[in-house]
Amino acid sequence: MIKKVKKLVKDFGLGDIRAGMKITAKQLVADKITVQFPEERTPISPRFRGLHALRRYPNGEERCIACKLCEAVCPANAITIESEMRDDGTRRTTQYDIDLFKCIFCGFCEEACPVDAIVETHIFDYAFESRESSIIDKKGLLAIGDENEKAISKARLEDSKYR
Amino acid sequence: MWQSFVDLIHTLIPWFDGGLADVVIILIKGVALILPLIIMMAYMTYAERKVIGYMQLRIGPNRVGPLGLLQPFADVFKMMFKEIIFPSKANIYLFLLAPILAFVPAVAIWAVIPMGEGFYITDLDVSLLYVLAIGSVGVYGIILAGWASNSKYPLLGALRSASMLVSYEIVIGFVVVTVVMIAGSVNLNTIVADQAGGIWNWYWIPLFPMMIVFWISALCETNRAPFDVVEGESEIVGGTHVEYSGMCFALFFMAEYINMIMMAALAVLMFFGGWHSPFEGVPYLEAWFTFVPDLVWLLVKMSFFLFLYLWIRATFPRYRYDQIMRLCWKVFLPLTIIWIFVVGLMTQLEIGPWF
Repeated sequence: MIKKVKKLVKDFGLGDIRAGMKITAKQLVADKITVQFPEERTPISPRFRGLHALRRYPNGEERCIACKLCEAVCPANAITIESEMRDDGTRRTTQYDIDLFKCIFCGFCEEACPVDAIVETHIFDYAFESRESSIIDKKGLLAIGDENEKAISKARLEDSKYR
Repeated sequence: MWQSFVDLIHTLIPWFDGGLADVVIILIKGVALILPLIIMMAYMTYAERKVIGYMQLRIGPNRVGPLGLLQPFADVFKMMFKEIIFPSKANIYLFLLAPILAFVPAVAIWAVIPMGEGFYITDLDVSLLYVLAIGSVGVYGIILAGWASNSKYPLLGALRSASMLVSYEIVIGFVVVTVVMIAGSVNLNTIVADQAGGIWNWYWIPLFPMMIVFWISALCETNRAPFDVVEGESEIVGGTHVEYSGMCFALFFMAEYINMIMMAALAVLMFFGGWHSPFEGVPYLEAWFTFVPDLVWLLVKMSFFLFLYLWIRATFPRYRYDQIMRLCWKVFLPLTIIWIFVVGLMTQLEIGPWF
């Protein structure tokens, strides 16, 4: 009986409704969690694996020695490498293509590379305007590396403690 | 306010007189009412998205103009340029008549809503009855839309709206009866004038339960969450709106929002002293706030109720159809009838300052 009366008082006093509206009122003034993407970004781990890049030594010489370990380890067969001997007797690539449609961003190429030439950067917001442009050639990869060298080396340095 | 405006027109254009002048003045009055109303409605949609966004820890629209303030205009232009698609087996005449039937009554109600001391389009002696009568015509728009679309979800929505709106109209009718019993008049101007003299003279105190019943019924009448089973996106896709696109849909949308604003205005006029300042009769405060125009007081009070619409929508899940019906017939109707007797007793025994 008392239980029934209590419930009646609560129902007609809009008990649940008031409790619910109190919660939403609190949310109204609470801090918003939206991240305004192009202007703001969420933090990224130094191990994040995004778009690929080929790096250079500080003197401008490209790192890649065309050992083809990345090509061998790639589980998706996304990497194609052709190489020849350069005039100074070193072996260099003439072709280094990555098909980004095939790539699964596993990071094995980066792990396999003995000279840290091929790396995966933190760039993840890219798009293609045609099907062919999904294949990035050596020139493109080197350009990405040149452009982001600072960020790449910083991420390697941060991660080196844990490797 | 209007009279000085009319006199001004007559003095400015002396040859402008007679029947034509009357027609033009009526036209100008209409535009002067509908234009701010539509702008209010447009910014109501903006406020809705913003407030609900904030309550869900989002930011809401913020891309078009500063703080997203031009978002309503972007929406308007999008709606205008969208193609109007007619279902191949729909009755086109009824299909086009439905949005008009929904929109026209929504605006027509505003003819009798006073917005300040002597600031109204018409001073109708039965204005509250007029509001109820025209308000129920709006249901035809929704029912026709459901029928004319020749599609199953709109038909389900129309069936729901038909019984729901009709049931809740009874409750609103009874609530209005209690207000009329206290005020002793069906004229909205008189009802508001009767509430003069500070916050303690407003009708929300003797009619507190009726105010809540009225507001919940108003949510139902305007098909707003948590009673929006007529649209019910998750159950019947969009109810009566399914087959409508472009400006046809916009008309339904505008009708819904203008009805919302109307219900907020009605709640303020009937229970919260209309355009009267809450500080009337309070020393000092009354003098400090005399500079505030009538219209501003009305708008401030209305915006609270409009905010309440959004607040409630952000808080509660949708009612099941039979729950809505139970609430109407088994809870609200007995409550209002009991309160009619209570009010009758109070008026006879002259309790409180309201009678």
